[in-house]
Amino acid sequence: MLSLVRSLWEVFRHTFARRVTVQYPEQKAYLSPRYRGRIVLTRDPDGGERCVACNLCAVACPVACISLQATEDEHGRRYPEFFRINFSRCIFCGYCEEACPTYAIQLTPDCEMGEYKRQNLVYEKTDLMIDGPGKYPDYNFWRVAGVAIGGKDKGQAENELPPVDTHSLMP
Amino acid sequence: MTVATIFIDNAPREVNPKQNLLHVCLSLGYDLPYFCWHPALGSVGACRQCAVKQFRNEQDATGKIVMACMTPAAEGTRISIADPEVVAFRAGVIQGLMQNHPHDCPVCDEGGECHLQDMTVMTGHRQRVYSFGKRTFRNQYLGPLVNHEMNRCIQCQRCVRFYREYAGGHDLNAFHLRDSIFYGRHEDGVLESEFSGNLVEICPTGVFTDATLKHHYSRKWDLQMAPSICVHCGLGCNITAGERYGTLRRVVNRYNHEVNGYFLCDRGRFGYEFVESSLRIRHPLVDGKPATRSEALERFGAVLRKGAVIGVGSPRASLESNFALRALAGPDHFFAGVPDEESRLISAMVRILRDGPARSPSLDEVEHSDAVFVLGEDLTNVAPIMALRLRQSVRQAPMRLAAGLHIPEWLDHAVRETVQDAKGPLFIASPYATKLDDIATATYHASPDDLARLGFAIAHAIDATAPEVIALSPELETMAAKIAAALRGAQHPLVVAGASCRNRGVIEAAGQIAWALCKVGSPASLSFTMPECNSFGLALMEAPPLSEALRTVRSEPVSTLIVLENDLFRRAPANEVTSLLRGVQHLIVLDHLGNPTTDAAELVLPAGTFAESDGTLVNNEGRAQRFFQVLNPSTDVQESWRWLHEVSVAAGSKSMERWEDLDDLTATIAKEIAAFGALPKVAPPRSAVGKIAREPSRYSGRTAMLANISVHEPRPPQDPDSSLAFSMESGPGPVPSSLIPFFWAPGWNSVQAVNKFQSEIGGALRGGDPGVRLIEPSRESVWQYFSAIPPAFKSRSGEWLLIPVFHIFGSEELSRHAQGISQLLPRPYLALNPAEASLVGAKAGGRIKILIEDSQFELEIMLRADLPRGVAGLPAGLPPFDGIQLPLFCKLASVGTEFSARGVL
Repeated sequence: MLSLVRSLWEVFRHTFARRVTVQYPEQKAYLSPRYRGRIVLTRDPDGGERCVACNLCAVACPVACISLQATEDEHGRRYPEFFRINFSRCIFCGYCEEACPTYAIQLTPDCEMGEYKRQNLVYEKTDLMIDGPGKYPDYNFWRVAGVAIGGKDKGQAENELPPVDTHSLMP
Repeated sequence: MTVATIFIDNAPREVNPKQNLLHVCLSLGYDLPYFCWHPALGSVGACRQCAVKQFRNEQDATGKIVMACMTPAAEGTRISIADPEVVAFRAGVIQGLMQNHPHDCPVCDEGGECHLQDMTVMTGHRQRVYSFGKRTFRNQYLGPLVNHEMNRCIQCQRCVRFYREYAGGHDLNAFHLRDSIFYGRHEDGVLESEFSGNLVEICPTGVFTDATLKHHYSRKWDLQMAPSICVHCGLGCNITAGERYGTLRRVVNRYNHEVNGYFLCDRGRFGYEFVESSLRIRHPLVDGKPATRSEALERFGAVLRKGAVIGVGSPRASLESNFALRALAGPDHFFAGVPDEESRLISAMVRILRDGPARSPSLDEVEHSDAVFVLGEDLTNVAPIMALRLRQSVRQAPMRLAAGLHIPEWLDHAVRETVQDAKGPLFIASPYATKLDDIATATYHASPDDLARLGFAIAHAIDATAPEVIALSPELETMAAKIAAALRGAQHPLVVAGASCRNRGVIEAAGQIAWALCKVGSPASLSFTMPECNSFGLALMEAPPLSEALRTVRSEPVSTLIVLENDLFRRAPANEVTSLLRGVQHLIVLDHLGNPTTDAAELVLPAGTFAESDGTLVNNEGRAQRFFQVLNPSTDVQESWRWLHEVSVAAGSKSMERWEDLDDLTATIAKEIAAFGALPKVAPPRSAVGKIAREPSRYSGRTAMLANISVHEPRPPQDPDSSLAFSMESGPGPVPSSLIPFFWAPGWNSVQAVNKFQSEIGGALRGGDPGVRLIEPSRESVWQYFSAIPPAFKSRSGEWLLIPVFHIFGSEELSRHAQGISQLLPRPYLALNPAEASLVGAKAGGRIKILIEDSQFELEIMLRADLPRGVAGLPAGLPPFDGIQLPLFCKLASVGTEFSARGVL
């Protein structure tokens, strides 16, 4: 009898307690920027494709769900011909982001990737590419690397001296 | 071998005292970083990377830092590799070398198989602390095969040492000075050396990279690889071929101490692109239209039931495929598919090697010969790696000078200073000047018959019981005596000849010299080059030549001709081939590239190239070597022998039911043909070894590469023929040397991981070098000297003897279709001596009319003063002349004039 009354009281008391249920999906939970969700490919501050198709993300991936093929434009700038992530295999470990030397591949705080068909979880480059630099707004690999590409000649990268004139007789 | 005991970090180790400390440390399995040293190039002590600490004795605690590559491994030497001071020294050296390195590993083709990366990781250097600017360079265009990215250079000098000193090239050098030394050409242009591709492997970083790989780049860790054999000449160099996403991506050297050692020629390295050529046949063709596999097999079966079959094999198909066709057609109806003259020459070479006392040397033995006579061969263009080996052989005799001064062989710079320009005896007698002439003691350019006469004269000068050459000029007499004396005085004399001159006398003369040497007690070797990758193997099958096929077609009712991986229009004049094809109702061709023969076929079956099939090839030494499938084609392509097996089983033939896979097949061949008794021993059978992964343990993208087709991953393809698996999974236990799919060891990602697979650095692979010799010289002295000495060549008025001039790019059938190499092919030309060109009114760069048999052609003229009088040269194997069987006499006329009945003028 006494326990019955106590239960009633408890229920009555909870009517006025602060609510913790989040009304998902109408209401979104906060996920920090470093949350490891859906993977994107970003662009450098100049708007160019950041990925240089070095294959490091693919080799770092413990489930081998990234595959790509490198190619070059006519000026020697390397980029992926195709870039595919099979999210049905992805474990969102973030190793690809850690391995990426250009900050191209980044994990985002978006985890809403449910699909009825597994095939729809295969993302190609067009599905992965975003229009901004993501979490790293300033870095541009090509400004640092010592290879010449369109718009940046030898000796024009950061901390580089002008090319050696091999015909010079000066010591 | 004498053994010395040295102490490495206080542990006593037994080592080879003739070697340096770096060599012995690496042989013992220690990880000691190095750059400028290379086992084939020796030590120069330039990079200061292999520092170790040497102690005077057990009590010495201070020690001194020495370069391991420059210090002999003398008895009692005490060194430390792990001493903190020396570890810091090595890290400091790397730090210096990395100071200007351009921060471009992600876009560098060397990344992932870079010796500089490996060594940097090994020494622990992580962060560039030097804050001033980086030195930069402009790159050069070096041709379609090698890419140049000079910023990455660490100035180790290996490229120039290999290119100039080892390979004899001239157009690559070091320019400028200090920290801005530039390695390249004096101006942009295609690298001239036939061995330029080795720069890709010699360079410890990414300055020189494979330009053909760049078009379809893949990291080493992403390549599915398998041991293979080069198919672009008869030497059988061992290669590792790599596949990614279903296409062949590249070829690198696979070390085999006895055969190719550390190097490949450019034809072998870059010729692989023919596999992805646009001429590739990937699906069956019935009456010229694409057909399904079952339609093709049905048609094949129907044709087989109609009547008698003859088969034409091929010197570029594996032993297994040739045997399968022989089994299908019957041994009496199987023909070799080589021109009569070539077939006779190759049989003569095999007979000379088998019946006589002279042994065919491995390429390693070729390198260690101390007197060489090359008769009638342009080795740089016919058997390039043999030419590279001969370049080292001329160092053998002068090396004794250095040995006399107690300078060890590996101390490269000191040896070269001692030797200066001294070269051991190398005599070249060839129809035209070759690239090896620059290191020859003496050369002789004459027509094939005259070359043979010189050969016979040398044999007579060595052993007087050998037949004498009558009416020899006094100069030739002197030359023959000089060559004979050099060969007799050598410890390891070598005679090299081959079928390039298409002259039986040349081959017999070479045999005669080697036999004469053997008779006077000299351990002479005799090396014949072979025109194609399996010419030797096909010759051991003893099948009759092509003309016999024509005779059979004419004399017997034959309904079907099956041609195996062979373009008959390259083997005989078009009219003969046409009459052969007209003599049969059905023509069935198995091949991988489209050619005139496949165009004429009723049924074409897509055959696998070396990359898509397993098989065995026999090289010019008589060494049988196995190649393994690299990629599993998604198309109908499969081994020719498997096609033939399937169709004969489907047609109800009992003869081939016994074998299902490669091991069954090799066992059957061994049983049926005595010469191939050792064939099953070439590589261990599938049952004897556990699984061996074709893919490195870091192979990426397994669950994504096919996800665009279906997200459900297919089962990895199974390989019924070998222990090699199309997966990353390996069984336990060591990999037999003939099945090593790629060289990799922890911490050693570059090709130099081969260090970890050798019993001694630069020596045999652990477990023995792959390949089994199928022939040995006869022990009985039943041989007799040849007595048919050809008369001296007399030039005919108004007629020229047309001989083949070989080109590394162009003369070989398959590599011609490789994308990179196709840009380097010569244009068809006629080579003529300038003294004779004026006779027909021809000028350099002009054009000339040529009458070969009944066909007329117009050709560009190339003047070559080295061509003998009465002889004209035509590039070998180049269309439209690839069917013409040289040598033959031709007539010439200037453009605009007509040929008279008697010839020109």
